[in-house]
Amino acid sequence: MALADIKQRPGTVLGVAVVLHLVLISVQVNTATGIPIFRALTFGTFSEVQRMITGAVTGVEELWSGYFALRGVNDENAALRQQLQDLQIKLQEERALAQRTEDLRQLLELRQRAELETTAAEIIAAGASPEFRTVTIDKGTGDRVDADMAVLSPSGVVGRVILPSARASKVQLLIDRNAAAGAIIERSRAQGVVVGAGGETLRMDYVPGTADVKAGDLVVTSGIDGIYPKGFVIGTVETVERGPGSYHEIRVSPAVDFSRLEEVLVVLTPPPGHDTAPAKGERP
Amino acid sequence: MKLAASLATIAGALALQTTLTAYVRETSSLDFVLIVVVYLSLTSGPTTGVLAGTAAGLIQDALSSGVMGIGALAKTIVGFAAGRVGTQFIVTAPLPRFVVFIGASLLHAAIFIGLYVLLGLRQFSNPWPAVAGQAVGNAVVGVVGFQVLEWLPGFLQRRRMGRPIRR
Repeated sequence: MALADIKQRPGTVLGVAVVLHLVLISVQVNTATGIPIFRALTFGTFSEVQRMITGAVTGVEELWSGYFALRGVNDENAALRQQLQDLQIKLQEERALAQRTEDLRQLLELRQRAELETTAAEIIAAGASPEFRTVTIDKGTGDRVDADMAVLSPSGVVGRVILPSARASKVQLLIDRNAAAGAIIERSRAQGVVVGAGGETLRMDYVPGTADVKAGDLVVTSGIDGIYPKGFVIGTVETVERGPGSYHEIRVSPAVDFSRLEEVLVVLTPPPGHDTAPAKGERP
Repeated sequence: MKLAASLATIAGALALQTTLTAYVRETSSLDFVLIVVVYLSLTSGPTTGVLAGTAAGLIQDALSSGVMGIGALAKTIVGFAAGRVGTQFIVTAPLPRFVVFIGASLLHAAIFIGLYVLLGLRQFSNPWPAVAGQAVGNAVVGVVGFQVLEWLPGFLQRRRMGRPIRR
């Protein structure tokens, strides 16, 4: 069929396209294992484009900050020196406090948590679709990053690696509707599952209505999902309401500001109990 | 030539989607790829709309974490519908275009959310306020983009004609 004929038959083209899409969707939904080659190839190729664009943007930013934004640097230096002195005093206070905490910990014979091996990564792109909350980082399988590795920031849990390529990886943020993490209320030790609620907040499900939970409680990872290491901050309880069943309805404000993420840590050490990766598109 | 221009426009929209939203928080709910699909459909007809929707949707799905084909199916149908509207009605003024962009965004969201809920893959608790916000945002950006693209060639020609001849 000539190209001109195709242009005259939009209904036929639509029908063929819809059937192909439906076949494509049904194949994925039925199998739900592994990563499609098209997706991996497209992501691998496009991540290089994203890397170049980020490199260009960073170059312009550096040019600006290196040449045009240096006015008033003397005053800033003086202020920073003063700030450094204050911080050195603060550091000494903190060291003394840390030493005292360490002494107490040893007295209580608490088991020292295993050191986590991590690698720092830079975020080079946001998600390609507003419906999915993902970011792309500049570390991949070449840096020992693999699927289902936890991603953290100094503020708390960021998400998990869902699609690693050689030099970049896609990270599913904890606020994505498909994301979930085993969680615990730090104060009362009530367990539940934190899931993305859409938007910028989280929801904590499966917390029994009898559990002691109140606004302001800290929510940390429980480690039972086999992905996120135990004890890392997820967020704080924003509201607690009585749910329709026998569970609480808990809204959690994430500790991480996902709109301001620039650098993250990927945990290379698998947590205890980690076995196989969950099926694609499923919550861990 | 036209095919290359269409592909370049889609690639540009994807680059904008993945780059701009990382730096400007307010643009994170916009769907630049959908805006481009509707633009191509209105200017080139339903067949181009279907092909543009398919190509752009598949690439966007591949770069996202969802099921491949769902976003593409939504954009394909939106491309066809917008192309049909463009051929059946006069859609040259800003207001009709605004309505088409709003309708396209709502149709896209209905198919996308409907398929995910139908297949039991995701839950959406009251998504319509966010969908309405996204539709208005897409429509504003789409109409402004349309006006700029129509105004630009004439502006450049006027500038060329007004420039003095160099000897």
